Amino acid sequence: MEPGGAIVIAAAFAGARAEGRAALIGYLPAGFPSFDGCVRALHAMVEFGVDIVEVGLPYSDPLMDGPTIQAAVDRALFAGTGTREVLATVGEVARSGVPVLVMTYWNPVERYGVTRFAAELADAGGSGVITPDLTPEEGGDWLAACDGAGLDPVLLVAPSSTDARLAKIASVCRGFVYAASTMGVTGARAAVSAVAPGLVARVREVSDLPVAVGLGVSNGEQAAEVASYADGVIVGSALVRALLDAPSEQAGVRAVSALAADLATGVRRRSERRRGAAD
Amino acid sequence: MITGAAPAPAALPDESGHFGPYGGRFVPEALMAALDELEQAYADARADPAFGAELAELHRSYTGRPSPLTDAKRLSPHAGGARILLKREDLNHTGSHKINNVLGQALLTRRMGKPRVIAETGAGQHGVATATAAALLGLECCVYMGEEDTVRQALNVARMRLLGAEVVPVCTGSRTLKDAINEAMRDWVSTVDRTHYLLGTVAGPHPFPVMVRDFHAVIGQETRAQVLELTGQLPDAVAACVGGGSNAIGIFHEFIGEESVGLYGFEAAGDGVSTGRHAATLFAGSPGVLHGARSYLLQDADGQTAVTHSISAGLDYPGVGPEHAWLKDSGRAQYTGVTDAEAMEAFRLLCRTEGIIPAIESAHAVHGALQLGRRLGPDAVIVVNLSGRGDKDVDTAARWFDVVDEPASVREHTTGADRTEAGGVAAAPADVTVGAPGEQM
Repeated sequence: MEPGGAIVIAAAFAGARAEGRAALIGYLPAGFPSFDGCVRALHAMVEFGVDIVEVGLPYSDPLMDGPTIQAAVDRALFAGTGTREVLATVGEVARSGVPVLVMTYWNPVERYGVTRFAAELADAGGSGVITPDLTPEEGGDWLAACDGAGLDPVLLVAPSSTDARLAKIASVCRGFVYAASTMGVTGARAAVSAVAPGLVARVREVSDLPVAVGLGVSNGEQAAEVASYADGVIVGSALVRALLDAPSEQAGVRAVSALAADLATGVRRRSERRRGAAD
Repeated sequence: MITGAAPAPAALPDESGHFGPYGGRFVPEALMAALDELEQAYADARADPAFGAELAELHRSYTGRPSPLTDAKRLSPHAGGARILLKREDLNHTGSHKINNVLGQALLTRRMGKPRVIAETGAGQHGVATATAAALLGLECCVYMGEEDTVRQALNVARMRLLGAEVVPVCTGSRTLKDAINEAMRDWVSTVDRTHYLLGTVAGPHPFPVMVRDFHAVIGQETRAQVLELTGQLPDAVAACVGGGSNAIGIFHEFIGEESVGLYGFEAAGDGVSTGRHAATLFAGSPGVLHGARSYLLQDADGQTAVTHSISAGLDYPGVGPEHAWLKDSGRAQYTGVTDAEAMEAFRLLCRTEGIIPAIESAHAVHGALQLGRRLGPDAVIVVNLSGRGDKDVDTAARWFDVVDEPASVREHTTGADRTEAGGVAAAPADVTVGAPGEQM
């Protein structure tokens, strides 16, 4: 595994693109369902087709998250998961060879120390950080710290973002741009967003970075739909749900594996569609 | 301490909503457009004389402004003879200062063409005020309230429902005010097209801290004129309780540029700051980001928000408005903690000396003013922002002082001596004891 996030995250997207498909990005909060259980589940995801891993930093006030992720995060916090455990989880999962990002609300980073957090995450093998409540306006120190540590900063765009803001946000992202597909919090939805394709298209007008879509994807069918217009498909709540609903950690890991396999098939179905269209 | 060439605090925030290093916007991108829209709508409204005139007329004919200034002559001896003036925000319609901000934002909501408001509430005062304004202006209203607070402030839940609001108990996290704010934010991010988040304090992302401050600044403006008229001078000190900090900023703002006027904020020290069971954010917290802005907050070593405690639901909050963080660092205002027991003793004293039952929140400021008076001496003039009335707290206070008659069948088994002892828990350094010996409460 090479140090230097920019290389590996870009490589993961390039690899998927070379196969004519979207990249699959899977999320779990560290420490859920336990420290070891999370590591096992993330390794299982990678084994069954996840290209990029997102490790959530459990936070007491996750105001972008719906009930599913809140429940998982509460359990992780109750079990004593802190920033050190998150970094340790990254270290364990980075051995799988896929890029690992941390998804974190801003305050834990500021509290840990912006430069220290970036440096220690890079040392642990992390490739980037997704910050859902940090805007470019407030992110100056963080972007500099990411530069220094060779991490990819990933910020979010939303359907309500103006074109000017899309350009501004995309200009400070590296690795990819995270498109929040709906106006709302995280959580599996019956139908994926109708506004997401337009948002992805608008980002493409202002940036050459890959665009990954998150919020609401829960199965292979939906993954295929998103993969038909986006460079990456981000799945969180559905993977968490698979662990929450399982009678045991072992059963949970099996359920995560099965879901990852279904999603991985989904992101590959796009290539068949595309070839079909081209033919 | 920030000194020297720093901008005058009264001129803050800057254009991006910062008070020095504090404030700003730390929110999901999905809310940025709504915050920009709000900032613009507020700027337009401020520039529109018709908006100000409508709000002023509502305050005159509906809120009951100006609120009086009461010369608390029987309380004064307990404050070392200092003159204690009570700014009576408790007499506003809905029973607290909260209505000042709520009417302003509700008019703004109508101006933005949004049919629905949501709000968070701790003690219920802001929720009641929001439900009231929503009824007045014909807006849908949904109030998020921590489940624990819905229990300890059940009367206010009923008031909101009578006013036509939906009250949603929040069962996540610590089930108090901070979790109600999280849930309101989640609602807002999903419904922002048709919903205004009517935030109830001077915290949150820009422009909330400056906008809410401006709507409450009427408190300080009236106070200046009233104190000058009554005493011929500016006050020596202004005292207010601080949870999120809205009533304190409302009365402080007018005096920030008056160097001779001391500004004192009193936070909830709960069981005592040393016990860890408190909500004294500025006194015992550290800088960080919560609920959309950088300010002081109570947090652990990993930046997780701490669980707080106060007998007063309205002060039971781990954050505080960013302007207070700036006032603290600049040394312009002083912040200290007042314990539950100290606040309840001041509560009792105000009931007995002035015939005013204050909100427990405001009782923290009363205690602080008594201490200030003893320090500043009998020539001092001290204004206390009596931010709310205590109707909502009667149940809590009755239990604290054990003044509720038990049914006869129970009373037979309880001696009078037992009850007197229980009633004496709050009590009472000898110099502030009032009423006959053995008297309950």
